[in-house]
Amino acid sequence: MKRVVITGAGTVNALGHNVGQTLEAMREGRCGIGPLDLRDVERLAVQIGAQVQDFESEKLFNRQQIALFDRFTQFALVAAREAIGQSGLEFHGDLAAKSGVVFGNSGGGMQTLDENYRSVYEDGKNRVHPFVVPKLMNNAAASHVSMEFNLKGPSFTVASACASSNHAMAQAFQMVRSGMSPVMITGGAESMLCFGGVKAWEGLRVMSKDACRPFSANRNGMVQGEGAGAFVFEELDHAKARGADILAEVVGFAMSSDAADIVMPSKQGAARAISGALENAGLNREDVGYINAHGTGTAANDKTECSAVADVFGPHADALMMSSTKSMHGHLIGGTGAVELLACIMAVRDGVVAPTISYEEADPECAIDVVPNEARDATVEVALSNAFAFGGLNAVLALRRF
Amino acid sequence: MSIQDKVIEIIAEQAVLEPSDVTLSSTLEDLGIDSLGLVESIFAIEEAFDISVPFNANEPSASDFDISTVSSIISGIQTLVSEQA
Repeated sequence: MKRVVITGAGTVNALGHNVGQTLEAMREGRCGIGPLDLRDVERLAVQIGAQVQDFESEKLFNRQQIALFDRFTQFALVAAREAIGQSGLEFHGDLAAKSGVVFGNSGGGMQTLDENYRSVYEDGKNRVHPFVVPKLMNNAAASHVSMEFNLKGPSFTVASACASSNHAMAQAFQMVRSGMSPVMITGGAESMLCFGGVKAWEGLRVMSKDACRPFSANRNGMVQGEGAGAFVFEELDHAKARGADILAEVVGFAMSSDAADIVMPSKQGAARAISGALENAGLNREDVGYINAHGTGTAANDKTECSAVADVFGPHADALMMSSTKSMHGHLIGGTGAVELLACIMAVRDGVVAPTISYEEADPECAIDVVPNEARDATVEVALSNAFAFGGLNAVLALRRF
Repeated sequence: MSIQDKVIEIIAEQAVLEPSDVTLSSTLEDLGIDSLGLVESIFAIEEAFDISVPFNANEPSASDFDISTVSSIISGIQTLVSEQA
């Protein structure tokens, strides 16, 4: 088996337009959640979200590209440009032929769907723009990344709702680890903050109308975000041979399915994914210093997740830190694990643990150190990133300091 | 149809029971209605009476809307309907 390292990272999300801004916001415990700015917002019961502000498409893409790229594709490209730029890689010949893109996404081009449904249903138009299909298909982001960077190896999109990015990154990890690809671009992107996207979530009655307060006793639901995260996963010897700067090592993963309920989380399913990741990485429980929680801020997730962590880690659960950065960047659905992996990199590389902000009241059912409200300096050898999706699909990744 | 009969009809449909099997003192748990079933019932009630029920699945006890029994649900709906009128 090959060792796999991360040699590039990129993002755009409500906290920033790149990794530097995002990590600075996480260190400062800044909140990216605010009033939603979108058409017909007054008809929504939930009017807050973590939107990407000041995203100037016209400066990043030409007119033809904008006509072809849904917002989630634009986010994916911006993140991939930063990640690949940082890695210093260029893809030609054999490297290009073997390297690909595995991206997570849940909703596809929701902005495109929303706009065009409006146009045909509400405005009664009988003609749509010719690029509606290539814009809304949920592999569009992965495809455009492959085209922009000449990545000719295996590329596809993984959809497992809120675990899409973690499943995608686990898949990319396996491809590099097995020797199939020397380099894979991976991560996830989502842009569901449109009228129809928020309205659909409203129906489930799990959204907060005021704030995302994971693990806090007075939490009252999740808050949606948008954006993308992208990473360069590279085989260690390949990275060393070219003197690449290594951000962290990916050491293991596990996936599990609850096989129980379409929306309610299962402690057993979550625990199997967490313990599976430790086993896959060859780690002891005591090695783990930080967990980036799934931490949605719903009543059900947070207590189930804490209980799963307590089961897996036993007494060590009292020694580790677990925060939910969704309190700051919102829940990016299919893109969330990718942005959250940045917090894991910051923990193992910079020794800074991102906080759970908006934390107000201790909940005995979430009796774990959630790093309330303020970032903390700590030496973290190993960090885990949890994702537990609707549909009962779980994926956990393990990163180690390099 | 009275508010009571209509609410019972909606709950019975969700529980896959005859309306006569749903009593005022039944709890949703007695009727086998889980969290998704509850959210679906509230949606059907909102549609039937054209009202908005203040219910967040994360804090079911936070609003005045009491879901502990069929009878408490009915009185909650009656209040909302009268407030709207």
